[in-house]
Amino acid sequence: MFDLERWQEIFDTIRKNKLRTFLTGLSVASGIFILVILLGFGQGMQNGIEKEFKTDAATSIWVWPGRTTIAHNGLNPGRRVQLRNENLDYINNTLDADFDKVSTFYFPRDIQVLYKNDLIVYQVIGTTDDVQVIENQYIVEGRFINERDLAENAKVAVISSKIKKEVFKDLDSPLGEYLTISGAGFRIVGVYSEVSGDDEGEEERIWIPLTTAQLAFNGGDRINNLTFMLPEKTNLGQTVASSLAFEDEIRGYLYKAHGIAPEDERAIHIWNPIEEAKRYYSLTGNIKFFFWFVGVCTIIAGVVGVSNIMLIVVKERTREIGIRKALGAKPWFIVSMILQESIFVTAISGFTGLILSMGLLEIIGPNVEIDYVVNPSVNFNVAFTTVIVLISAGTLAGFFPAWRAANIQVINALRDE
Amino acid sequence: MIEIKDLHKSYKMGSNSLHVLKGLNFSIGEGELVAIMGSSGSGKSTLLNILGMLDEADSGEYTLDGVPIKNLNETKAAQYRNKFLGFIFQSFNLINYKNAAENVALPLYYQKVPRKERQEKALKYLDQVGLKEWAHHLPSELSGGQKQRVAIARAMAAEPKVLLADELTGALDSKTSYEIMDLIQTINDQGNTILVVTHEEDIAHMCKRIVHLKDGIIEKDEKVKQVRASAYV
Ligand SMILES: Nc1ncnc2c1ncn2[C@@H]1O[C@H](COP(=O)(O)OP(=O)(O)OP(=O)(O)O)[C@@H](O)[C@H]1O
Ligand SMILES: [Mg+2]
Repeated sequence: MFDLERWQEIFDTIRKNKLRTFLTGLSVASGIFILVILLGFGQGMQNGIEKEFKTDAATSIWVWPGRTTIAHNGLNPGRRVQLRNENLDYINNTLDADFDKVSTFYFPRDIQVLYKNDLIVYQVIGTTDDVQVIENQYIVEGRFINERDLAENAKVAVISSKIKKEVFKDLDSPLGEYLTISGAGFRIVGVYSEVSGDDEGEEERIWIPLTTAQLAFNGGDRINNLTFMLPEKTNLGQTVASSLAFEDEIRGYLYKAHGIAPEDERAIHIWNPIEEAKRYYSLTGNIKFFFWFVGVCTIIAGVVGVSNIMLIVVKERTREIGIRKALGAKPWFIVSMILQESIFVTAISGFTGLILSMGLLEIIGPNVEIDYVVNPSVNFNVAFTTVIVLISAGTLAGFFPAWRAANIQVINALRDE
Repeated sequence: MIEIKDLHKSYKMGSNSLHVLKGLNFSIGEGELVAIMGSSGSGKSTLLNILGMLDEADSGEYTLDGVPIKNLNETKAAQYRNKFLGFIFQSFNLINYKNAAENVALPLYYQKVPRKERQEKALKYLDQVGLKEWAHHLPSELSGGQKQRVAIARAMAAEPKVLLADELTGALDSKTSYEIMDLIQTINDQGNTILVVTHEEDIAHMCKRIVHLKDGIIEKDEKVKQVRASAYV
């Protein structure tokens, strides 16, 4: 392998058979190139879909009331259902249901928000401390509403970074400033941002503690909706099953507590996006599988291509092999020389293809922002393994014709045809 | 140098078998220049291939420089060929992508001679066949006679015990043929043992001995007065 004389002989052969070498190299390099780009875009699509879906916590359930449509227990249809604090307390303390966190919204009505006597138009929502997890928000400055705010009915507000930009652009920080909400002063204690950016106008909201909102704005014990976050199970199937079980549990409780006919579908709305999530997840799974499938086909095509080239090369060289044998070359020596040459050429061109394609992905990848394709990239180990597989397969495929050619009787190899 | 006893060879083709060599006996001493003659299909090439270890006899004995040649595997045969024999073919059989010097140096590569020494020797033998100036030309840039000279230089380069030539002038016109034979005679004069297969009378008479093959047996084995090729060049 490290015989200098042999390498000189091999380089000699390569140098003097440039076209053949070039064509072999080209087919290997382009095969690897295509494969890597394909795998890269497969990953890109997966990234894209995952990003599309990550906007809100994947395992959340939203509950909000409507109107009854069916008479039940002596109550008329058309009755408005109203969720109350006691429902939340019951769910939190008594109901035996499997969930991580719950948050609730109360939307105060007919209120005005002023900052230094200027009217600003954003939605004010009373909520609890868990909402930021459920809504996939993070704190940029200061803090979020906490349990103490809720216990003390504190007049504090958390605004979005969008509001900060639009209203408080002249200040370093809006923390400590006061918003006047229907006459009451609320101190700003935090700035939040949405993980997914401001896609759906969710950064238009000003959070205040639920208890304060109910007390200050005639809320009584009314709440407008409930949002649950469920634990993720070991696999998607289990997550879906436990999510559906939870949905039943919560529906059962609320329908009973509010005297709703079990078959009444409009009285309380429950939106459970896990079904959708399941579709998305299986879609990414399928896409990934598809790209792998195409990739493996490319590899197989590459292997077949390399083997074919090897076959042709060996056939083309049959006479040369005969001559070399007549001059005293041993069969094994010839086989190993042919293989060494082909390994060398496939390796160089394979890695060239690898470097070019990975370079291309590296350069254009981060700039790709088409819908559903985000940052196409490829795992280096996967690509590297592919090159190795291609080289080994090509070698193996080349071995048999080379071995056969090296064992052809010299007179047959030299026969004029 | 070469000794064969009761050599038999037949080719099987389907159910038929063609008995080509039917018990040949002869011996060739060192420094001889022998022509093997016979009509087409008489088994000349078959005999030469067996002597060259490119093919194996069915039965009989073959001794080369005191070494019995029997049951050789490919590796052993390659070793013996490299050590004992130099081949000259009718169709030259040069490697087309190697230049003249590289072709001549190739058998030395298989003798594990270092590169530099290979190149020196190649040039020396090319000089002997009068082609030093053509050392860096590819076979495609050479005439038939020049190609055969390169082939002769290549056969000589390994310094073999015996040179085997099959129809070495078969592809050449008569003038070029005589030039090649002149070269062969010169090499023989230096003491090299040479076996030439031919079906041309004039070529055969430029050797010192003619073995006539007919129907698989030796019809006649005669010493002849050598015609010097230089007279015709
Ligand atoms: N590999 C083979 N398989 C079958 N038959 C063969 C084979 N090689 C040679 N023969 C046959 O053996 C016989 C002798 O062939 P050989 O090549 O030795 O003849 P030759 O004397 O060299 O003839 P030429 O002067 O035409 O070269 C021929 O009839 C030929 O057809
Ligand atoms: Mg013949």
